[in-house]
Amino acid sequence: MAATDTTATGTAPPVGTSEDLQAALSRVDPVRKRKDRAMRLVVYLAFTLAMVPLVSLVWSVLSRGSGRLDAYFLLHSMRNVFGGMDAGGAYHAILGTLLVTGWAALISVPIGLMVAVYLVEYGTGKLARAVTFLVDVMTGIPSIVAGLFAFALFYLAVGPQKAGIIGSVALAVLMTPVVVRSSEEMLRLVPNELREASYALGVPKWLTIIKVVLRTAVAGLTTGVMIAVARVIGETAPLIITVGMTASINRDVFHENMMTLPVFVYDQYGRGLTSCAPGAVDCVPTINFDRAWAAALTLIIIVMLLNLVARAVSRWFAPKVRG
Amino acid sequence: MSQRIEAKDLNIYYGSFLAVAGVTMSIEPRSVTALIGPSGCGKSTFLRTLNRMHEVIPGARVEGTVDIDGVDLYAPGVDPVAVRRQVGMVFQRPNPFPTMSIAENVLAGVRLNNRRINKSDAADLVEQSLRAANLWNEVKDRLDRPGSGLSGGQQQRLCIARAVAVRPRVLLMDEPCSALDPISTLAIEDLVAELKSSYTIIIVTHNMQQAARVSDRTGFFNLEEAGQPGRLVEIDDTATIFSTPGKQATEDYISGRFG
Repeated sequence: MAATDTTATGTAPPVGTSEDLQAALSRVDPVRKRKDRAMRLVVYLAFTLAMVPLVSLVWSVLSRGSGRLDAYFLLHSMRNVFGGMDAGGAYHAILGTLLVTGWAALISVPIGLMVAVYLVEYGTGKLARAVTFLVDVMTGIPSIVAGLFAFALFYLAVGPQKAGIIGSVALAVLMTPVVVRSSEEMLRLVPNELREASYALGVPKWLTIIKVVLRTAVAGLTTGVMIAVARVIGETAPLIITVGMTASINRDVFHENMMTLPVFVYDQYGRGLTSCAPGAVDCVPTINFDRAWAAALTLIIIVMLLNLVARAVSRWFAPKVRG
Repeated sequence: MSQRIEAKDLNIYYGSFLAVAGVTMSIEPRSVTALIGPSGCGKSTFLRTLNRMHEVIPGARVEGTVDIDGVDLYAPGVDPVAVRRQVGMVFQRPNPFPTMSIAENVLAGVRLNNRRINKSDAADLVEQSLRAANLWNEVKDRLDRPGSGLSGGQQQRLCIARAVAVRPRVLLMDEPCSALDPISTLAIEDLVAELKSSYTIIIVTHNMQQAARVSDRTGFFNLEEAGQPGRLVEIDDTATIFSTPGKQATEDYISGRFG
């Protein structure tokens, strides 16, 4: 703004020589400059503040967990491990986490995806609004409630028991709304022109949805599913209720207790320090804590690996712009 | 592969809003018909009723009949999907499928419909269609590259090749050059002139010179005022429309007095 000339009437540009213009252009507003600096500082501070817990978390898990994390830990269960024995691992818990979460994804991804397709491609009016509202409500369900729901469901159907699949249902209850919301957003990003291009070629709607809409959005959909998986893979409470604990390997999600990584961490940490007999070899007093930290690190690594896989998949399927 | 089209007393609605009223026109086979008129007069809407794309929009509906060689497209029992295989369409903005290569884009009409096609037939279809769209020489060395990597004009010709590959009887073009530069526009116009030897072509355009250059007949759409339905004012040989139109409104429009 030309602050030098305030006498100009109406919207006519101010009259002035080129020196006036020079002055108007080179004058720096000191207030604006101060504000700019202050806001910049605030933004940087906020960023640093947000990084502190993240870095500290990664650091403490890495420093305390990496000592115990080795091939032995990854490949052995806790069967016949007791006291302060320098042995035992999380193999059974890793297996359990992968199985329970995998089944949860198997249940929730098709349901979530189809709900999203309904909302974007078919849903209109009251029903669609009601579905959107219910999905929003579902997003806020506390995980323990989801666990109790799954437990009650199976209790009514097959009586009191624990099994991996019950935990999968509980996690699926938590995952589905996340999958719906993220998929919905991704499907809405697919330009309508592509749908019309497909219709104009005489392609029916269902094939258009499968081969054009879903195919175009697949990169985003993968990311959404990964976010949903990351959301539930660390759930502990519902799994304690539904899946329970065990020291042994159980590959059967339909029968008996299973161990999962978050529950393993909870269990190990809860055991606390062990007392070693004086002069006992092969006894580590902090073994339970060490295992808990190592398992926590394993969980973080699994989530990270899944993320990398999702990224690779996204990149592979992403629309290519340049040849 | 080209047919006579007769539209009779066509009323086109968006919900309860009558967008285009009382269109009756007949379109000669193997000719280019241009539809001109000011924005919002319903020429694109009318175009979209000719392959039943209009009803893709929720609440949109059509009254009246559109006959292609005596078969009413809006008769009960007519499948809109089948109609669109007979009446192809090219859109305003080039819209190749971004996940597909150039060759896959041309084959989209076949592949998306889950129809099987053997390799050599597919290669033939790709070549014929791209040749028909005057694009073969430019892309023959990079058929497996993404279609969205082409220039705008090439993309539009790719979309024409894609439409032609389905072997429609009629080709609808909805302002196919409005997003293109003059050189690409010229390429498309040349292409239209070539394609009319085998297809019935209807082209909506805002560019009156273009209508005069490419079309045999020209229809002028107009609306009396905002909120009123658009109507077909007249349709006649292009030479007549641009020299001695029958209606005053047409003359005002083409001489640039409004619109």
